[in-house]
Parts: sequence; structure tokens; C-alpha cells
Amino acid sequence: MTIAVKVVRRPERSVSYLRASLKGMALTFNHLFRKKVTMQYPEETREDGWSISGRWRGTHRMLTDEQGRAKCVACGLCPQICPANCIKLVPGEDEEGHRYPLIYEIDEFRCVFCGYCQEVCPEEAIHVGVHYENAEFQRERFVYDLERLCAQTHPVSSLWDPADPRGE
Amino acid sequence: MTPELKGFLLLAAVKVVVGFGGLLLAVAFVTWLERRQAGFHQDRLGPNRVGPFGLFQPIADGIKNFIKEELVPADADKFLFLMAPAMVFIPALLLFAVIPFAAPLPVSFDFELPIAGRFAYDGLMPVMVADLPVGLLFILAVSSIGVYGIVLAGWASNSKYSFLGGLRSSAQMVSYEVALGLSVISVFIIAGDVTLTGVVENQQQSIWYIFPLAFGFALFVVSALAETNRLPFDLPEAESELVFGYHTEYSAMKFAMFLLGEYAALITMSALMATLFFGGWDIPFTTWDESQPSLPKTVVTFGMFAAKTFFFVFLYIWIRWSLPRFRYDQLMALGWKVLLPAALGYLMLLAGAIWALERLGVQQGLLYGLILFVINLPAIYALFWVMDSGTLVFGQQLQRRMMNE
Repeated sequence: MTIAVKVVRRPERSVSYLRASLKGMALTFNHLFRKKVTMQYPEETREDGWSISGRWRGTHRMLTDEQGRAKCVACGLCPQICPANCIKLVPGEDEEGHRYPLIYEIDEFRCVFCGYCQEVCPEEAIHVGVHYENAEFQRERFVYDLERLCAQTHPVSSLWDPADPRGE
Repeated sequence: MTPELKGFLLLAAVKVVVGFGGLLLAVAFVTWLERRQAGFHQDRLGPNRVGPFGLFQPIADGIKNFIKEELVPADADKFLFLMAPAMVFIPALLLFAVIPFAAPLPVSFDFELPIAGRFAYDGLMPVMVADLPVGLLFILAVSSIGVYGIVLAGWASNSKYSFLGGLRSSAQMVSYEVALGLSVISVFIIAGDVTLTGVVENQQQSIWYIFPLAFGFALFVVSALAETNRLPFDLPEAESELVFGYHTEYSAMKFAMFLLGEYAALITMSALMATLFFGGWDIPFTTWDESQPSLPKTVVTFGMFAAKTFFFVFLYIWIRWSLPRFRYDQLMALGWKVLLPAALGYLMLLAGAIWALERLGVQQGLLYGLILFVINLPAIYALFWVMDSGTLVFGQQLQRRMMNE
């Protein structure tokens, strides 16, 4: 079978090589003097007119109540739904019958940042955060324990809401 | 050994060290310039972190390349695989040896060292590494050796991408060498001299060859682009289809050697354009630089030469970040069907014109150059017309079919 070639008759302007090349080079030359769009990251941060989305899903944060205790009631929904299996939860119970987490650890290396933990949490305790500067010097530091999760201060993500798809 | 011979050898050694050291420094600077200028063309900033304006970036890259792991593919031809980068790198550096980069310098010394004995030198020193009597022919010969490095790299890697890249580069460089050589012959015809010092002298006395040889210059620029494997003729590399062609399998310093060789060739070609067509180290509109050599004149003329070379390096990089790559058949069609006949026809025209001018008794000089310039204009127009028509982009068959429909 032969390959059918459809020949398109183009106006002379668009089959020219040199004129088009010169035009292109004039354009790139103009770009030399345009304002550069580079954001010089560590010095310029989002205070300088750039921000990440409010729906950004970054490293986690545990909210606390007025006494500074974690809001978590150790219901076990978040380790249940977590697709990456990165949440380790050992529930405990005090003498009044309130459940609380004895151990609550999130391995941020395993986490896929889906945000299901925030979605499923009945107490609105665990959240994914609007945060991206996570560098550490040791691998072990990426397993966040309860104390560390509570100490985070960055804003929490407002997950996508089907009733309000544009986040208004 | 006589003291004069020893003095000459000492001076030659100093020139080799300073010349090639300076060239390597310039190569490092050009790698930085390429990335920086590319950034500016694309509204970015480019590397600006290491040192002032990122100028120390090449040093950081060098250190990185030295401490990276060297990989040799299991089925590679080890000896040729190791030889290939050197065979690209060394010819690219050697090319620079015969280019004069400043006005001659008067040198005179006479001293004695404890064991080596007496060293003496008195006279004008040409500011180039070697003032060879074969001059330009040396450049044509050595630049051809560079092809071997690329072909061997492609073959020795034992990888299909490298092999295709090597194959393409051999075809490309052989085709365009013809046009390059023929465009250089136009310089020989008008200068009557193959040494680059002679060519520069001739231009000082008459007119820069860009005017009488405008067409030859256009041919030279196009074939020089192809010879150095730069866009729009970078088919041997073709990162988007051949994953960087012949240097796919190379890593660390061997890879860097290819890049260094490429940039050294880029600088040399720019320097050649400046020397052959733009008067070398000549400062226009003045004869101050030609009279009575002295140290300040050497320094100033070197600055002039560097500025001209820099302009062409800038042009190269500018073209690279503006134009898309040719298709393989377009490349071959341009080389064999446009540039080669054009170069041959131009040589006939030029030789005829010079013969006629000599018959008419016009002296070599300004008028001579301007008459030749006028003869060049229709030739340039014809070349532009050919390159601008659809033939180059679509090929002749398609063009004919388009006409019939």
C-alpha cells in the first residue's frame, strides 16, 4: 500500500525559509531585552506577589484544642483509608473513656499527598498543609510524630469541594 | 643549540601555554555565555548563582564532571571509546594555533640561566601560536580529523543512537567541508596568500573581505554552522530524536571533552570568520595599528580581535536559540544542490571578475574591492531567492507536484 501524501498549497509567505528565519531571529533578539520572569527562589518568596494554591496538599498538620492537646480521637479512619499505608496509629484511652492516640506517626516519604486523611477525619484533626519546604538532613526526620505534627503552623489545605468546585 | 634557537623555543613554549590556556578559558566562558544568553532569549536569567553573574559556573561544572563516575558500556570498543573524545578535543584546539590574534609584538631579551645557558631573541614576534606557511590549509586539514572523533565515538559506543549520530555526522561534515573549502578558496584568490597573517595584511591595505567576498562569507557562515554541528544543523546530536547522538553513552569528563571540543571549534570558527572576512585584529578607519609595532598596539588590537570573535560567537548562539533543526534530506539538499554549485559558480565569477579587473589595470585597493562588492550583489540576491523558495523546505519533488496542481 502506498502512503497517500496530501500536498497543501501554501502561500509563498509560509514556504519561505530565509524571511521566516530572519523574522524569528528578530523576535528572539527582542526577547533579550524583555523583563525576565525568573523568580529567584530562596531570596524572593511568595510574599513577592506569588503564591501557591489554597488547595495545595503538602506535609501534614495536626490541629489542637484549647488545652493544646491533639484533636485526634484515634478513631482509626485515616490509617484505614490511606492508600499508601503511611499512617501508624496506636489508640489509647484515659480514665474518663476519652480515646486519644498513643502513637501517631506519618511517614512523609510513603505519603502520596492524596488528602484522604483530611477528608475522612470526623474531628477535623489531621490536615494536609499548604507547605512545600520540607528539606531535612536525615531520613528518619521524615517520619513525623504527633508532637511534630501538632507543632506545625502552616495553613491547612482547603480540599476540593464538589459543591463549590471553584473554591469560592 | 645557539642562544637564538633556545630563545625562539622558549618564546614558542610561552605562546603555546598562553594561547591554549587562554583558549580554554574562553571555552569555559562561552559555555557560560551560551546558557546565559539562552536564558535571556527565553525570558529567563540562566545560571547566575556561582560567583558574580554566575561566571564561575564552568568551574563548578568542571569539578562536577571530574568527580562523576566514568561509565564504559559493556560491549563498547574500549580503546576507541576512550580515544574518541581526545580526537574531537585535540583538533579543535589545534585549529587555533595558526590564527593571529593581535598585531606583532617587538620582543627582545638576552639572559643566562645556570644550567640551560644563554637565551636570546630580538625582533618581531607574530602573536599566534605558530606562523605556519601553509596557514589555512592546516585548518582545513586538521578540522577534517575532528570528524573521525565523532564517527569513532558513534561506532565504538555500540549503541544504535550513537551509531546513527556518528553516521549522520560523517555525511554532514564531509558534504559541508566541500562548501567550506570552496568558500575559503575565494579568499585565496583575492589575497593571493594562504597564511592568515598574509590575509590580514592584505585586508589592511585594501578593504575588509566582507565587501568583495560577501557571497563567500554567506557560504562560509552556513557551512561553518554545519561543520561545528550547531543548530540548525545539529543532526549528529539531535537530542529530541537521537538522545544526543554520538555522546549518548559518554559520561563525566569524557562527555565534557566533547562539549569542550565543540565550543573550542565554535570559537575557532568565529575567529576564522573575523580573520578571513573582517580584517582579523585590524582596527577600521585608522592606520595607527599598522605602523611601528609596540606593546599597547598589541593589546588594543587583541581587544579588537576579541570583540569581533565575540560578535560571531554571539551570532552563533543567537541562531541556535532561534532556528529549528533541518530534516536530513533538507540538509543534504542544501549542501549538495545549493551550496556546492553556488560555491563553484561563485569561484568562476570571482576569478573572471579579477581577471577582467587586472586586464583593465585596476589596482588592488578600495575601488577594486567595491567593484567586486557590486558584482556580489546579484549573486547574493540569487542565493537568497533559492534559499527562500519552498524548495529548501519541501524538496523539489513536492515543489513540482505543488506547481502541477
